[in-house]
Amino acid sequence: MFVIRRVAQIIPLLIVVSLLVFGLIHAAPGGPLSLYLDNPNVRPQDIERLRRQMGLDQSLVAQYVSWATAFARGEWGFSYADGRPVAARILERVPATLQLIGISTLLAVVVSLVVGVASAVRRGVDRAATIATVAGISLPVFWFGLVLQLLFANTLHWLPSSGRASFAGGGLGDRVAHLVLPVIVLAAAHAAGWSRYLRSSMRGALEQPFIAAARARGVSDARLATRHALRNALLPFATVVLLDASIMASGAVVTESVFAWPGVGSLFTEALAKRDYTVLMAFLMCGSAAVALLSLVADVAVHALDPRTREVASL
Amino acid sequence: MGALLRRHRAAVVPGAILAALLVLAVLAPLVAPYAFDALDLARRRGAPSLHHLLGTDELGRDLLTRILYGARISLAIGLVSAALSAAIGVTVGAAAGFAGGIVDAALMRFTDAMLSVPRLPLLMIAAAVLEPSVPVLIALVGLVGWMETARVVRAEVQSIAARDFVTAARATGARTPRIVLRHILPGVVPTIAVALTLAVGRGILLESALSFFGVGVQPPTASWGNMLYQAQTTMSTEPWLGIFPGAFIFLTVLCCNLLATAVEPRVAVSPSTRR
Repeated sequence: MFVIRRVAQIIPLLIVVSLLVFGLIHAAPGGPLSLYLDNPNVRPQDIERLRRQMGLDQSLVAQYVSWATAFARGEWGFSYADGRPVAARILERVPATLQLIGISTLLAVVVSLVVGVASAVRRGVDRAATIATVAGISLPVFWFGLVLQLLFANTLHWLPSSGRASFAGGGLGDRVAHLVLPVIVLAAAHAAGWSRYLRSSMRGALEQPFIAAARARGVSDARLATRHALRNALLPFATVVLLDASIMASGAVVTESVFAWPGVGSLFTEALAKRDYTVLMAFLMCGSAAVALLSLVADVAVHALDPRTREVASL
Repeated sequence: MGALLRRHRAAVVPGAILAALLVLAVLAPLVAPYAFDALDLARRRGAPSLHHLLGTDELGRDLLTRILYGARISLAIGLVSAALSAAIGVTVGAAAGFAGGIVDAALMRFTDAMLSVPRLPLLMIAAAVLEPSVPVLIALVGLVGWMETARVVRAEVQSIAARDFVTAARATGARTPRIVLRHILPGVVPTIAVALTLAVGRGILLESALSFFGVGVQPPTASWGNMLYQAQTTMSTEPWLGIFPGAFIFLTVLCCNLLATAVEPRVAVSPSTRR
């Protein structure tokens, strides 16, 4: 029951998002064809023909309905830039982005588990960790990327400055070297934010009576922290990690563009420069759908794992 | 004031730095070492030196001067957009938290929808489409930054509305607007102050990110973000042009976040309030 209701909530959410996205593109002066308006090689009659062909002469409501239904059926249209199907252009970029986001998330989770637990338990660690983590969430991502690039690629020559692999191809080592800087940049802010979150939920757990009871039974501090407090703090922590996916998407756009990582994020910046509206709309819709889906996963998982969140009626 | 500072020692340093930045920005025409568009053709692309403390750009303009003028734009966007976000967030959050029922559900679904759109790409498209000017950027950044405030205000309003003194006020015949404005919102002020401080930092980061992609503040107006945009291609030959504007962004946002953390230790900077 809960799952069905929760899934049903996604549909109005996606409708709101699609209205937002659609309205935005059509708010452009000249609408989706603005790209051609400034082009001296495109005659007014060509624009008129394109307008009719693309259905832009119909009412906004009719345009929205036909766009939304086509989009829901998986017909995402063709890229203005190279005429290829939008879905194909996005799909071919997905693996690179998933690789970057996946490894960054993993790194950020490991770091924040260590930092979060250590700063919840040790007062000395806490002060330093607070400053470091607040600094982490305050970093302008693109600037951090540029500075790392300058330091490790251009000055020290330890690591490649951009791309996913060298032109010559290169083996596993080459690919890993290309990953290091983008992964650090994308993971930094998340590691900082998640550490802070885990620290505060660990602190909350450590104040519970059952911790005092366990301590009275002679459970060691280390065991208290990891087996008792962490177990309780882990579920909200996992939820936050999943819910942060939307921020990962924004971060990926910046990181991929700084490091010329050939993923969906750099496709987005390329599409923006060319006003490739079909790609931009599909990007925003996919991004929002992914976020909605992950928050659904988080909710369902919490519902399944934590009996306190189940409604009495469904018992 | 003194008592307040003693209670929040950790707020002193970031607060003082922010105040100093604000004063320097306001007084930029008086304190900047050079005129905004003065060219020093003999020292173009100059590294930091005694003549130009932070170096010069490709036209020989003094970087420190441009950073001080850029501060006016970056701080103005951060502050005004944060005020706008706070106004929307408090209204939405208070309405949802107090009204409950369908109003609450509808407002919160809308908040969820806004939160699930990747914020930076949405803003980048909006800015590109609308052809950015400073007022447009302020409006855009403000319009995408209210959701976190709405959520915390809603939660706070709900918990306060359930207290006995609110029931007592209602029993004396107070009307809804009076209850919300006089009895509930004063209790939410600390939460709003923290959310506002965080929103200033977030607004500055968003402005700089937009400008970094060339869809934010447009030259010849200088902002910290568009100085970085112009510097990124010459990062290996004139690194100071990129390092210093970014350092100012970092310092300002860091102070905002430290201030928010210091004033309200209970409210951790939750990950969902970033960017």
